[in-house]
Amino acid sequence: MTAVADTVAESAAGNRYDVAVIGAGPAGMAAAAAAAENGLHVALIEGGRQLGGQYFRHPAPGLNEPWASQLHHGWSRFETLATRVETSSRIDVLFEHQVWAVEAGFNILTDRGPIAAAHVVLATGSYERVVPFPGWDLPGVFTAGGAQALLKGNLVLPGRRVVVAGTGPLLLPVAASLSVAGAKVLGLFEANHIRGYAKHPLPLLKNPAKLLEGADFARQFLRARVPLRSGLMVVEAQGTDALEAVIVARPDGTHRRRIACDALAVGYGLAPQIDLALTLGCEHKLLTDGTVALRVDTNQRTSLPGCYAVGETAGIAGVESALVEGEIAGLAVAAGVAKSRNGSPAALRRRRDRLRAFADVLRARHPVPPAWRDHLAPDTLVCRCEEVPARAVAEAVEDLGATDARTVKLLTRAGMGWCQGRVCGYAVACLARRDPTEPPNPADLLAAAKRPLARPVPLGVLAEQDRRNK
Amino acid sequence: MSVQFTFDGHPLTAQSGQTVGGALLAAGVRSWRTTRFQGRPRGLFCGIGVCFDCLVTVNGEPNVRACLAPIADGDVVTTQAGDGRG
Ligand SMILES: Cc1cc2nc3c(=O)[nH]c(=O)nc-3n(C[C@H](O)[C@H](O)[C@H](O)COP(=O)(O)OP(=O)(O)OC[C@H]3O[C@@H](n4cnc5c(N)ncnc54)[C@H](O)[C@@H]3O)c2cc1C
Ligand code: FES
Repeated sequence: MTAVADTVAESAAGNRYDVAVIGAGPAGMAAAAAAAENGLHVALIEGGRQLGGQYFRHPAPGLNEPWASQLHHGWSRFETLATRVETSSRIDVLFEHQVWAVEAGFNILTDRGPIAAAHVVLATGSYERVVPFPGWDLPGVFTAGGAQALLKGNLVLPGRRVVVAGTGPLLLPVAASLSVAGAKVLGLFEANHIRGYAKHPLPLLKNPAKLLEGADFARQFLRARVPLRSGLMVVEAQGTDALEAVIVARPDGTHRRRIACDALAVGYGLAPQIDLALTLGCEHKLLTDGTVALRVDTNQRTSLPGCYAVGETAGIAGVESALVEGEIAGLAVAAGVAKSRNGSPAALRRRRDRLRAFADVLRARHPVPPAWRDHLAPDTLVCRCEEVPARAVAEAVEDLGATDARTVKLLTRAGMGWCQGRVCGYAVACLARRDPTEPPNPADLLAAAKRPLARPVPLGVLAEQDRRNK
Repeated sequence: MSVQFTFDGHPLTAQSGQTVGGALLAAGVRSWRTTRFQGRPRGLFCGIGVCFDCLVTVNGEPNVRACLAPIADGDVVTTQAGDGRG
């Protein structure tokens, strides 16, 4: 890695990179390495202070605990990849550069100034989707990935007695890490029934490693006495000024059980972080779980010439496909620059297709149970930032006649806060439907994924704070 | 390496490399902000800079995201009321 440019003025001084990779998670690292190894000059732009993204998040040097190494499986893969990135003389790693917009051409606008590049690879990952329930705003309630990030980055537990709940494959590594780090995991509650997997034998059989991984978790939970229950969800969090207990029940509200705990890690799947691309005009696709992802071709090209999308931005699929897609895109950009007709190797693309097919099965098996709406109380906050209760949203829809999320937002301010609707966008899109059996309107789901600025930096309000966050 | 900081006047110890939020949670503090309208306590939620629930005042500067900002020796961390602009 060449010296990290302190200011962009310096890094961009008159020079235009062959490719700018936005996001240094597994996907972005692989893309940068592959492109550089094939002769391209790369800017790897990352808002944070380390390589690795979510999956390979790791503590700062000097932090240690006896169990820390058990938080990661296959750590050597990260080391290999990090070495490829760090030893390349063609990659400038630009940490602490928040990209807030990308202009066609490409001009990448960061809080430290613009960066010019002929191609751009979007590797901005995802954020977690959580639907509201009474008490979800109590301190002690974390997103599942948030609990994981706290642990992997700080080696700090969210609590001593923890419930893990929601839906989706992320719950497994989260429960496993918490347990390894010494928390008592009182239960992993998967809202969907797991038996449905049998309906999709092919993608499962073609990904034996995934099946083994599942079996590994099962063994680990058995050993640590972590009860794994499916068909149950957290319908309420209780406490005065912080979490004291959760109520777990079937989605229809039966089989209620109170579990005293000091932390809840809850998540209903991940949503691609694609605001930069949507603003650029890249085509999107709506996935079966209501998330919006970028449409890409077999070489990870988006609909916009020169713009590629890899990893979670092309639809949630996990670390394995993030890694292959990064390689594919890096090679494809290089082939394009060299005017070679070979894109990326077919073997890589086949592997990617297998992993993607598997991800589609997971997605279909882990929808947000529509019954989440039934458990809202009138004063349950839907929008945490603007403190908009479910009552206000219901009034907007039922009394004031709002039929889309935008109108609900204008009437209630839901989604107008600091997070720009990342947290409540999906819920508001659902609640804008008066008839709870109707799936949310695709336009509302798209609106929830799209925001003019990927980062609030230029609004000035937060500029100061972001400087401090450096 | 350990670092010393204070939270609402109480001296606390953290490990260098932790975030403000990580340091507070490790010390058993679960909330460090009260909301603008209902005055409700908030702490860490998304853990990755997305939700802005974890805002806190550090060395007099409000609206610092506790899940991202690293803790530094001598930091004065205070509960943030509302938007923190008094
Ligand atoms: C909170 C969280 C925790 C997770 N934990 C796990 C886990 O423990 N195990 C697991 O199997 N999967 C986990 N996942 C799933 C994870 O998405 C994948 O495993 C994998 O990390 C995806 O790789 P990626 O490269 O596509 O994205 P990511 O790893 O998310 O990397 C994206 C990178 O882009 C950067 N970035 C985003 N936007 C900008 C911007 N505008 N400007 C500059 N930089 C930007 C981010 O800082 C990040 O480093 C987690 C997801 C989340 C959201
Ligand atoms: S916990 Fe969500 S922004 Fe810090």
